[in-house]
Amino acid sequence: MTDAALPPAGAQPALQRSAIEARLKARRAREARFRWYGRLAITAALLFLAVLLGRIVSQGYTTFVDYRMSVPVYLDPARIDPTDPTGANYDLMVADAVLAKLGETDDALGTTSGKLMALLSTDLGFQLLDKVRADPRLIGQTVTVTGPVRADASLYFKGLVDASAAETDRKLDDRQIAWLEKLRSLGMVSSGFNTSFLTRSDSTEPEQAGVLGAVVGSALMLLVTGLLSVPIGVLAAVYLEEFAPKNRWTSIIEVNINNLAAVPSIVYGLLGLAVFINWLAVPRSSPLVGGLVLALMSLPTVIIATRSALKAVPPSIREAALGVGASRTQTVFHHVLPLAMPGVMTGAILSLAHALGETAPLLMVGMVSFVPGVPAGFTESATVLPVQVFIWENASERAFHERTAAAIMVLLVFMIVMNLAAILLRRRFERRW
Amino acid sequence: MISWAVLAALVLFSAVTYALGRRKLTAQAAGQGRDRAHSRPGYHGAYVMLWVAVPAAAVLLLHGAFGGRIAAAAVQAEKPAAVAALTPQQRMVFYDDVQSTVVGRTPSEIIYAPDVREALDAEAREAVRIEMGLRLAAVAAALVLAVAGFVFSYRRVRPEFRARQHVEGWTAVLLFACSAAAILTTVGIVASLAFESFRFFQAVPPHQFLFGLDWDPQIAMRSDQFATSGAFGAVPLFVGTFLIMLIAMVVAAPIGLLSAIYLAEYASRPTRAVVKPLLEVLAGVPTVVYGFFAALTVGPLFRSTFNAIGAQLLGGPFHELGLYLSQVQNQMALVAGAVMGIMLIPFVSSLSDDIINAVPQSLRDGSLAMGATPSETIKKVVMPAALPGIVAALLLAVSRAIGETMIVTMAAGLQAKTTLNPLDTVTTVTVQIVTLLTGDQEFDSPKTLSAFGLGLTLFVITLILNVIALRIVQKYREQYD
Repeated sequence: MTDAALPPAGAQPALQRSAIEARLKARRAREARFRWYGRLAITAALLFLAVLLGRIVSQGYTTFVDYRMSVPVYLDPARIDPTDPTGANYDLMVADAVLAKLGETDDALGTTSGKLMALLSTDLGFQLLDKVRADPRLIGQTVTVTGPVRADASLYFKGLVDASAAETDRKLDDRQIAWLEKLRSLGMVSSGFNTSFLTRSDSTEPEQAGVLGAVVGSALMLLVTGLLSVPIGVLAAVYLEEFAPKNRWTSIIEVNINNLAAVPSIVYGLLGLAVFINWLAVPRSSPLVGGLVLALMSLPTVIIATRSALKAVPPSIREAALGVGASRTQTVFHHVLPLAMPGVMTGAILSLAHALGETAPLLMVGMVSFVPGVPAGFTESATVLPVQVFIWENASERAFHERTAAAIMVLLVFMIVMNLAAILLRRRFERRW
Repeated sequence: MISWAVLAALVLFSAVTYALGRRKLTAQAAGQGRDRAHSRPGYHGAYVMLWVAVPAAAVLLLHGAFGGRIAAAAVQAEKPAAVAALTPQQRMVFYDDVQSTVVGRTPSEIIYAPDVREALDAEAREAVRIEMGLRLAAVAAALVLAVAGFVFSYRRVRPEFRARQHVEGWTAVLLFACSAAAILTTVGIVASLAFESFRFFQAVPPHQFLFGLDWDPQIAMRSDQFATSGAFGAVPLFVGTFLIMLIAMVVAAPIGLLSAIYLAEYASRPTRAVVKPLLEVLAGVPTVVYGFFAALTVGPLFRSTFNAIGAQLLGGPFHELGLYLSQVQNQMALVAGAVMGIMLIPFVSSLSDDIINAVPQSLRDGSLAMGATPSETIKKVVMPAALPGIVAALLLAVSRAIGETMIVTMAAGLQAKTTLNPLDTVTTVTVQIVTLLTGDQEFDSPKTLSAFGLGLTLFVITLILNVIALRIVQKYREQYD
């Protein structure tokens, strides 16, 4: 190395400096870019959440407004046989009453009244029938019934039917739309909060379909799931955490439980179908069989949550209890488990919330049938909220889509309540040792 | 079924025996002038109660689970001549009707021959007789066991009797039985899947199922056709499942991982406190909701976008592509995959968050002290250290994606195609299980049984993925603990 080979003095530090500065700049830019990637990822995830929830609310909120029509109907003695009130055509009577209001007359073929009946819910006719059955003296008098308008008419009132589209492209023709407008101006149509969505069960007619049956079904099913999975799961966790000797068997059980927690839920459905339905002959599509399947599914999560809650209780508690002469069983059940209870309950509620939203295994045990009423017991046919969502999503009528979104909103409200309960429980009772 | 009255009586009787046991002990202890027995009175009461309640309840439970089947078997053991002459199928319907008559349901509308009709009534009477007898026997046995248990245990109650140890023995048995329930679940899954799959593989050879390229279970409705080649080749389902899983991971892995890195390394405490629960909300949304979102929002959106792009390309140099794009349908693999990816984001991010947090701070401090920027530290130090754990997290997400059912059922199609084109409609293993088993009652055709074959495959694959992932996580934890 000679002096001549060196660059001129003074130039070298400056060159190095600029090189270093350029590198530093690039490194800082990379740093900033990397941070932005992270921010972008989180923004994207939160955006998805906002779009998902926003879409469901925007599709579903219209369900909670409904349009009802009040029709005074003259119960013509000539058309109703008092000995057999079931035989009369009440839908036609309602339609005739409305036609009279509209100032139109039915033609011989009944096409006009047929068109009108497509706007009126069959619920009006059923109400008339119920009234006549309850009190046959009403025949010959005028009775006012109030009921929802048909789903298509309701969509029109909500502004969800594009009246400017070609007549053949919509469900309602121009004449029907004119009728609806006239009825509205006559003041026969009123709108309000749709309570019937929450007080009725599934129906083939969208405007009469509600979620009550599904809510009750879900409640019955969760009751079965909770009564089975929580006690069994907690006791199993107590055994594994506090009593089990550390040997090959218990480590097999442990690995097994961790794996069970990750088994796809549909496999539990197959298990339920083969064991509970085909082998033990538990009634299909009942809350009992659904609850059994979901109990097996949530058992591992309850066990895992309970074990971590038990682990969090410091050994000094156990030592103190044992030190004053308590037996191991007494130590666990009088001291350790009560202290771990908030954590246990949080885990149990969260796994029940998860079970509430589960659908796939229930499809396997036959819970996809159409159940019009509220389930009366654990062994009756029932439907549950997520399955109701699935069934309605498959329906072809457009009016069912808004009801699907509304059913999802009801389901999400229940899940939010359960999750909030878990969070509050954790906040209120959590103890840091 | 045993009536609630019997159960209530049992509960009441047990409660009474608890009180009796307790009272006997306190009276005896007082009578002997000792104020202390070995065990507290409650344990003595509980000891008596357990001996009364448990054996009796076990008998009632067994009767509840198997009584109906035993009765049915007993009724069917002796067939009247008229019934024996029926074909097996007719006989099955006949006995269904017998059962319906007994329970008071409406029997089927089949009109039987007079002699069979007569046999139906006779068998129904017979069934009622047998069921009543069985029920009576169960109640009697429960009663005898309860009384015997009471006599046995009540006599043992003395101040020096070690009741607590006995009760704790019962408790230990109960605890062990509960943890055995987890094992039983696994055994149940494996046994039921294996048994039904075995029946399926008798009709369709396994190699045909695993390597066949043709999936068309509908053909197999007719019994003379199920042996024809290729109707149960599951390869298109595996390919479809793989494709959707791949799309989901392409969405979920980068977003989930980068969110986790940002949350673990950069985010301030308040940001974390807000963002983490929000991501958990995304994880708590039921999958059927994602399915609804995919089917009615994302599907139409993607279709109209691609159709618009296709319309632009028509007539240009990419006319063919344009033609294809303008004809894509709602149900494409991309829709199901993308929505499933959204579902998996919180799963990936929370698992990786834990893993990244487990990397010791000393590694970071060392790197930062050498002058590395935070991002260089993350890329060159933290990530390599966390890599095994992150791979495990991604494997768990893959297993989740493969087993996910509702999104694909609602948003992917039903056509079994062997394609890797994300704009094409594909079907998956889980979709086929759902379609094969909903609504179909008959249980002997290879068509329904094939669902169990698919279920077994699904179970085995996810199990392998989970076992590998959990082992990696465990090894990784041990490394830094």
